Amino acid sequence: MREINVSEVVQAVSRLCVDANYNLGDDLNQALDRAAAVEESPTGKDIIEQLKENAAIAKRDQVPICQDTGLAVIFVDLGQDARVVGGNLNEAINEGVRQGYRDGFLRKSACHPFTRANTGDNTPAIIHYRLVDGDTLKITVAPKGGGSENMSKVVMLKPADGVAGIKEQVVEWVRQAGGNPCPPTIVGVGIGGNFEKSALLAKEALLREVGSLNPDPELQSLEADLLEAVNNLGVGPQGLGGRVTSFAVHVKMLPCHIASLPLAINIQCHAARHKEAVL
Amino acid sequence: MENIIRLTPPLSDEAVASLKSGDRVLITGTIYTGRDAAHKRLVDLLDKGEELPIPLAGEIIYFVGPTPAKPGKAIGSAGPTTSYRMDSYSPRLLAQGLKGMIGKGGRSLEVRAAIKEHKGIYFAATGGAGALLAQRIKKAEVVAYEDLGPEAIRRIEVEDFPVVVINDIHGNDLYEQGVIPYKKD
Ligand code: SF4
Repeated sequence: MREINVSEVVQAVSRLCVDANYNLGDDLNQALDRAAAVEESPTGKDIIEQLKENAAIAKRDQVPICQDTGLAVIFVDLGQDARVVGGNLNEAINEGVRQGYRDGFLRKSACHPFTRANTGDNTPAIIHYRLVDGDTLKITVAPKGGGSENMSKVVMLKPADGVAGIKEQVVEWVRQAGGNPCPPTIVGVGIGGNFEKSALLAKEALLREVGSLNPDPELQSLEADLLEAVNNLGVGPQGLGGRVTSFAVHVKMLPCHIASLPLAINIQCHAARHKEAVL
Repeated sequence: MENIIRLTPPLSDEAVASLKSGDRVLITGTIYTGRDAAHKRLVDLLDKGEELPIPLAGEIIYFVGPTPAKPGKAIGSAGPTTSYRMDSYSPRLLAQGLKGMIGKGGRSLEVRAAIKEHKGIYFAATGGAGALLAQRIKKAEVVAYEDLGPEAIRRIEVEDFPVVVINDIHGNDLYEQGVIPYKKD
């Protein structure tokens, strides 16, 4: 069994928290360029130019793209032939978050649900573990802001609602969300599984590269239909009207119970931040 | 290209009355920051009839909770937060003379009515453009509620701070009206 020391995990998580918050991914920069080319609204064009400049400033000055540096959402793909040694993996991840948010001058946004007292160090992180083949440990840090996370939901549709019902829900939800989740957005859609699995599918869908095609032809065409429909809403950049409401719609799907049709929608703002490392 | 309007607070009734939904505005001068927790405290003080730590007459409040400033910088990244969370407080502050609010996202019908009644104005700044907007903030100083950290009230000096008029005194709303020309069935 290959051994991985927790100290490497602390370092990697800390570095990824900062990297994700300062440096927008190439796929998003390209999506902004494409949006600039197709946007028709003058205000919308202006906003896209601001977002491009913003990403460039953040990268050049090494400062956060957005002041909401999010809760630290972390996906851990642990190879079943790897063993973590030297301490507790959960604690190591949280220590990495603590260090990254402190040393990177990132905003600490975690608080007590009732008193709203800040935990002070942006922990606890939201950690999702997946057991995979191999002997490596892959860590993906995806900070998620409150504005777009608040525009999310799970709905248990009836099987009879079918694809049409799914489309209707997604489009209407994006319309209602309007400018709140900082469009242009990426719409993450989780279909099937059960109540909690659908939500996780929607979140995972957001991690796919923007501009990539869904490997499943059925979902590929669903994504294209949904993208056209949400862009036809006219919501546009920041909800002020325009052609580009969303850069992409990403769907993940799993089989579900014969009695159910779970649907989850998780909206990601244009500050779609995620970075990964393999240990 | 429409004209860009330049404003410096404190704002007069006439200045506010001349603004229309959709106008692009550059603000230069002193404004205040505040979000959920600070708004709650301000309204609690009003309820108790006590004095507020900041002036409201003619002023602008920017809904923002910045990241910590890096050494040598006036402020960290500082884009707007979602405004609807301030909806229950804003009418009280507008009644006290507050003129402008900067945030992102739609406001409630109560806020829109209060904007009309008290001659206020609601602007949006570009959400998520925190690094760019921070460059337009030249100075920042915590003036109240330091214990709230990012949510403390700061007095900030802005230069050419870019915003768009969303709700004007005529009852217009850019979120509702802006989408109409771009909607396709
Ligand atoms: S929704 Fe995203 S871009 Fe907008 S303020 Fe929140 S984190 Fe930033």
